[in-house]
Amino acid sequence: MALAQQSSPHARRARSTSNVMLWVMLAALPGLLAQVLFFGWGNLINVVWCIALAVGAEAVMLMLRKRPVMFFLRDNTAAVTGLLLGLSLPPLVPFWVSAIAVLSAIILAKQLYGGLGSNPFNPAMVGYALVLISFPVAMTTNWAEPGLIRETAPGLWETFQIIASGQQTAVDAFTMATPLDQYKHNISSQTAVEVLRHPTFGDGIAKGWEWVNAGFLAGGLLLLWMRLITWHIPVSFLAGLVVMSLAFGSNPDLYTPLSMHLFAGGTMLGAFFIATDPVSAATSHQGKLIYGAGIGVLIYLIRTWGAYPDAVAFGVLLMNFAVPFIDYYTPPRTYGHHKARRGLPGKNQG
Amino acid sequence: MTQLWDFSGGIHPAENKDLSTTRPIEKSSLPEQLILPLQQHIGAPAEACVSVGEKVLKGQVIATASGAIGVPVHAPTSGTIEAVSMLPVPHPSGMNDWCIVLAPDGVDEWAEREAIADYRSLDRDTVLERIREYGIAGMGGAGFPTNIKLQPPKDRKVSTLILNGAECEPYITADDMAMRECADEIVSGLRIMAWILRAERCVIAIEDNKPEAIEAVKKATANTQTEVVVIPTRYPSGGEKQLIQILTGMEVPSDGIPADIGVICQNTGTAIAVSRAIHQGEPLISRIITITGRAVSNPGTYDVLLGTPVAHLLSQAGLDSWQLHRLILGGPMMGYTLETPGVPVIKTTNCVIAATAEELPAPPPEQPCIRCGMCAEACPMELLPQQLFWHSKAGELEKAEHLNLFDCIECGACSYVCPSSIPLVQYYRAAKGEIRIQQAEYLKSDRARERFEARQVRLDREQQEKEQRRRERAKAATEAQAKKQTEAEETGAQGQPSSDRAAKSAQVQEALARKKAKTEHADAAAAATKADARPTDS
Repeated sequence: MALAQQSSPHARRARSTSNVMLWVMLAALPGLLAQVLFFGWGNLINVVWCIALAVGAEAVMLMLRKRPVMFFLRDNTAAVTGLLLGLSLPPLVPFWVSAIAVLSAIILAKQLYGGLGSNPFNPAMVGYALVLISFPVAMTTNWAEPGLIRETAPGLWETFQIIASGQQTAVDAFTMATPLDQYKHNISSQTAVEVLRHPTFGDGIAKGWEWVNAGFLAGGLLLLWMRLITWHIPVSFLAGLVVMSLAFGSNPDLYTPLSMHLFAGGTMLGAFFIATDPVSAATSHQGKLIYGAGIGVLIYLIRTWGAYPDAVAFGVLLMNFAVPFIDYYTPPRTYGHHKARRGLPGKNQG
Repeated sequence: MTQLWDFSGGIHPAENKDLSTTRPIEKSSLPEQLILPLQQHIGAPAEACVSVGEKVLKGQVIATASGAIGVPVHAPTSGTIEAVSMLPVPHPSGMNDWCIVLAPDGVDEWAEREAIADYRSLDRDTVLERIREYGIAGMGGAGFPTNIKLQPPKDRKVSTLILNGAECEPYITADDMAMRECADEIVSGLRIMAWILRAERCVIAIEDNKPEAIEAVKKATANTQTEVVVIPTRYPSGGEKQLIQILTGMEVPSDGIPADIGVICQNTGTAIAVSRAIHQGEPLISRIITITGRAVSNPGTYDVLLGTPVAHLLSQAGLDSWQLHRLILGGPMMGYTLETPGVPVIKTTNCVIAATAEELPAPPPEQPCIRCGMCAEACPMELLPQQLFWHSKAGELEKAEHLNLFDCIECGACSYVCPSSIPLVQYYRAAKGEIRIQQAEYLKSDRARERFEARQVRLDREQQEKEQRRRERAKAATEAQAKKQTEAEETGAQGQPSSDRAAKSAQVQEALARKKAKTEHADAAAAATKADARPTDS
């Protein structure tokens, strides 16, 4: 019998990419559950729709690119992109808006760059930013009114009909601006106390949103505990946001308060699930810290002085641009060397 | 309690060490043939000094050391030299190399053994020479000749001698069992090496998954200055650089050796060999090896004569050849697969794993790298394996080198954790090989350029010399002309006949000078042509 010839190491840990992606999806479940409890069936329908479309688009593109379809579909990365879009789009967004987001994510941002591992930008955020800029009405008026399993809220079938109808503006009775949007637009003419009287804020930080963020935080901590992500990006991301908020916006009568920055928007989803996409993030520890902090700072800048109420997608995409540069200048110091070799070969040899 | 430092990264692979530690070390039976490769370690191969048909005694030198880095090979038992030929040797490439084949006579008759009663009364160089003559090379890894390792550069003061009993790689239990059963010999070998080095601190480092070995070594070192340090089990804690970091907090400089920071590491097996060479006068002819894996029914640790074919050991351990899928020499992290079990055990062989297909299955196909960075978390050298892979695969070798590719110790931790099943270490080996070839070619083209430039300079110089000679000749001719004229004028005044004679002799002189100049020039030209005709790529 011929003996197997293999190069070392001969032992391997049984943790595959598809397994990692599956855990990422499972870790997102608490957040999704909170979304369904407080904002109705919309997000769940979006998640199912986006995942199905993402996997389908991935399969078609793989076929067109003459790549083994099942081999790549099994890595579950298309499903994760679909899931992230389903979680971040407004619950009652028309089906075709989410379809455009998913298709541009998978086709333009991922497969046209060469598929898994070759995309410089976070695919889900490319899709999200594209529809946010193209369909601002559909993307801002379809946030469901929060409330813990409200009796007046549309049921599963009704929600499905709203999404499937394709109307850019859904029924006013169920929708409401997001708390970040509400606060930002009213604080210029009102005091904090007056702004917070609006029902969207509820009794806590921001009705429902705090639970959604807590859910994603819990899922993120699970990913950290399982060592599927490292702490560097989430911590520096949140730290960037916190430092900016404390330094520039500590007066709640002028600026959105820190608690709302952390728990009212897409912050936790962004910090633990989106910014940590390894393909498009910086790669060394130091690089990850710079990358995460950059996103946090950018989010604060855009939320506070920009035209958009939330800015996770823009923050992530802008820092994606900087990744190759960050990577060249943040390699770790190797064992036995005095200092890290930064920059390009031929310069700063050390 | 000795202070311990941490090294970055590391992994916890399944240990599988219980397989081969259930029973004491067993002496392997005598095979029909012993195959002794002339090259068993880094450095120059030994030169056979026996002829076919010659009878040799156990411990007799059969191949002498050649070169500064090299040790001799001894006959592991008495018998007849059957052949000196090219045979498969333990090497990742599966190549053949020169080996001495010895047919044992079964008598096992020793050559004269000469123990040293009190080595401390001798000169240190004499003891070092004995270590070399007795064929001792490092028994843990690359097999660097021990006498050289024990002679650090004169300007380096070695204060710490570390005996590496970490044995961090899964499956391997040779050092573990040796420490359990030969702790006294290990300690006596350590003492000899410490005396040679004048080391101030002696440390025996053992991973905490070997409680019996720790106990035995502690007992053997009771009431001595030697520290027995128990280190946490984490691969690759037994890597020389990592172990030094754990025990001293210092790092071996990238382009240096441990002696640069005052440390020397030796393997426990080497300590046993040194002790036997000095106290019993026995050269290195056997070693302790783990034969394990789930394709053998009787895995264990064996005391094996060097040159014993792996096949012989496997049959002794009860190999089920139907189950055998992969045969590994060394451990599952850094060992290499064998093409044939016919290769012999050499001085650096510490383990043979006969693995079944279920035990070490073939890896799934490689997927794209998603830069998840798990490899960087596992890397004990603080490299960025994901970037090294990217650059190696893209052929951007200068970038890979810039990110310290050559600091990679090929421990395999990155490949072990890679969720995309990328054979990272293999990519690094290929890139390193590629860079070495490139460097050799640069060197070659540099030499060719230097040669060309030197030739150009020489041709210019010859041209100038030629010019110089021509000018001198012209000058001489003008002078001669002038002289002739003056002479002619003088003779004109003195009388005709003598002037005729003088003119004739001047002409003859001139012709001779011309002839001489011509021959010289031709010689120079011929020499130049000869030089040019030399091949330029020699």
